[in-house]
Amino acid sequence: MSQPLRPIALALRALCKRYDRPAVDNLDLTIYGGEFYSLLGPNGAGKTTTLRMVAGLLRPDSGSIAIEGIDALADPVAAKQITAWLSDEPMIYDKLTPFEYLEFVAGLWRIDAATAEARARELIRWLGLEPHAHERCEGFSKGMRQKVALAGALVHDPKLIILDEPLTGLDAGSARQVKNVLKERVRAGGTVIMTTHILEVAERMADRIGVIAHGRLIAEGTLDELRKKSGLQTGNSATSLEDTFLTLVAEPMAPPVAAE
Amino acid sequence: MNRPDTLVWLASHELRLSWRDWLSLMTAGRRTRARTVTVALIVFAALMHLLAYSMVGAYAGALPDKATLVTVTGCILLSWSLLLSQAMESVTRAFYARSDLDLILASPVSARKVFSIRIARIGLSVALIAMLLAAPFIDVLAWLGGARWLAAYGVVAAMGALAAALAVALTVALFRTIGAKRTRLVAQIVAAVIGASCVIGLQVVAILSYGSLSRFAPLQSEWLIEHSPDIASAFWWPARAVLGDSLALLAVMAVSLTVLGASIAIFSVRFGDHVMAAAGISGTVVRQNRASQGFRRRSAARALRHKEWTLLRRDPWLVSQTLMQMLYLLPPALMLWISFRHNSSALVVLVPVVVMAAGQLAGGLAWLSISGEDAPDLVATAPITARRIILAKIEAVMGTVALVFAPLIGALALASPVAALVASGGVLIAAAASTQIQLCFRVQARRSQFRRRQTSSRIATFAEAFSSIAWAATAALAAAGTWFALFPAVIAIGILGGVRLISPKP
Repeated sequence: MSQPLRPIALALRALCKRYDRPAVDNLDLTIYGGEFYSLLGPNGAGKTTTLRMVAGLLRPDSGSIAIEGIDALADPVAAKQITAWLSDEPMIYDKLTPFEYLEFVAGLWRIDAATAEARARELIRWLGLEPHAHERCEGFSKGMRQKVALAGALVHDPKLIILDEPLTGLDAGSARQVKNVLKERVRAGGTVIMTTHILEVAERMADRIGVIAHGRLIAEGTLDELRKKSGLQTGNSATSLEDTFLTLVAEPMAPPVAAE
Repeated sequence: MNRPDTLVWLASHELRLSWRDWLSLMTAGRRTRARTVTVALIVFAALMHLLAYSMVGAYAGALPDKATLVTVTGCILLSWSLLLSQAMESVTRAFYARSDLDLILASPVSARKVFSIRIARIGLSVALIAMLLAAPFIDVLAWLGGARWLAAYGVVAAMGALAAALAVALTVALFRTIGAKRTRLVAQIVAAVIGASCVIGLQVVAILSYGSLSRFAPLQSEWLIEHSPDIASAFWWPARAVLGDSLALLAVMAVSLTVLGASIAIFSVRFGDHVMAAAGISGTVVRQNRASQGFRRRSAARALRHKEWTLLRRDPWLVSQTLMQMLYLLPPALMLWISFRHNSSALVVLVPVVVMAAGQLAGGLAWLSISGEDAPDLVATAPITARRIILAKIEAVMGTVALVFAPLIGALALASPVAALVASGGVLIAAAASTQIQLCFRVQARRSQFRRRQTSSRIATFAEAFSSIAWAATAALAAAGTWFALFPAVIAIGILGGVRLISPKP
């Protein structure tokens, strides 16, 4: 699908990362501003490695990463200023309260105190954390911890939100709250890139889906475009993303193809 | 194979877990290190036997006269206070560790049986650790003075059992009086105070009565020997047992095992209730004062420092460790007070103590701040350079060390400005060196793994200790006004250089 008029939020070019074998292999990826992009792939496909490189947590062996036009490898601080990262394992401080945690994050991102506080209070309310805002996080459930971490990712109003399996282990209510907050961010012009194993979430939320295997992008596009690429019937409601995904990853050695 | 749900079956399960836990602690989870660890343990044991020979070799022929009984009893009480402290730590850990709790409590196995075994396991582990630590001394005495000294192993085991029994009773009492939420912190502090108070109490008596820092001075005083119970009193049974009296040994072991058995019978059910209560603790509500109602304007570095200090302040384990450090500074502080009144030349002895303590404290704080970062991804993805992050963390460590030691150095300055100047320089350098060592060997860990920080790098642990000792020696010699201070300083710098050379490259 061609989207020439939309600004590019994230551009990965020939990105490579190798451990004992290539984890990310010459990956090209373009995500547009205001887009919800879902990155799918089997375990060990290179999804998390890719996102960790974008977030500045891993240095690529070669290639380039541009976030909103900023070269993330040359100027990581500027790139990080407009980026948020959230992993499946919420890393928060047990001895801080959600309110204190958000104050700390706002300090790290050098956000004006009054603005950050207003945003924090709004996020705490949206995510249903109000009753626990001043309790230490040590007794929180996985869902509550993930919501605190998500609030931390959003309190500095990032342009690009990178999420690695953010819904893992969340109950239905918490998952819906997280999804609603993410949809709201996209509606407000933010860009979201998310990996997930819950294909239904990708199917319902993503504007475009990328399928990655062996560190390479093997397919990309809307759900209909992916169905076409996989050879399954377009418009058949019985052909779910799960069928499409399994068909695509069953041919792992297929060359990188963009659905366009 | 034992039948499941029996005490023997549960005991074998607990023993297997203990063994693997110990193995993991020794090898840092790497089985390939097992041979290296074995060799290191043998070398360490040989060195400890040599040290023991130099310390107790002369007492191998000791007879059960009153002076000997007083000294041996004093040593037993000193060691027992440390064992009790260790046992309280273990009991508190058993209360709060979730690990396999859900599995056990959801199974049809009797919770009473499980917790009976767990209390016994604590007693056994405390006794084993004590026996291992005492082994070089007992072996040397038995080698030089005959097999009668081997009875001391029985006394040490009895002390471990008694310490576990009392620790369970004390911790359960804390649970009943102050509840599950507060017990964790209070029990750790009580354990630290018990561990330190006996040793420090004797030192305080020694300083006040004899002007000496030696904790054995009061035990050898004529006044104490005169005012102690009669030589035929049952009070001396443990000491008599150590000296090879079989009847006394049997009595001591019977009493301690009976007390442990009674403790298991009485407390195993409540132990289970309290473990479940501890597991059900919900989030602690932090009361906010007026000033902390809203966000404050902070730079990234200041936010990091503030976070580190808040976490340090709210860490019960660290509070108890810091308290222990402060308690150990009490005797030197007392010495300072006495010297200040009469003669300031003795103040030199205080300088290395303060410098050594600062190095050790900084090492722990640096590990917590640098390696024990619970949200590494958050900090790493923040728009702040890695160098600034590290600097902010170092500032947090050094600030804490300065805050802890400033009052003592201030008091020292009143007595001897030169000694205070040297001590403050030593504190800063030793703390900076320990921080640098932790920086070189930083690993990604959780703060809750603080207890096991030594296993992540034994080189870092030893380097930190030797660096602190070398800087303490430097400060002591500098305070004495001799150029020989340069020698330990060169050694300390050499240690730092060596650490930088062999540390893993990022």
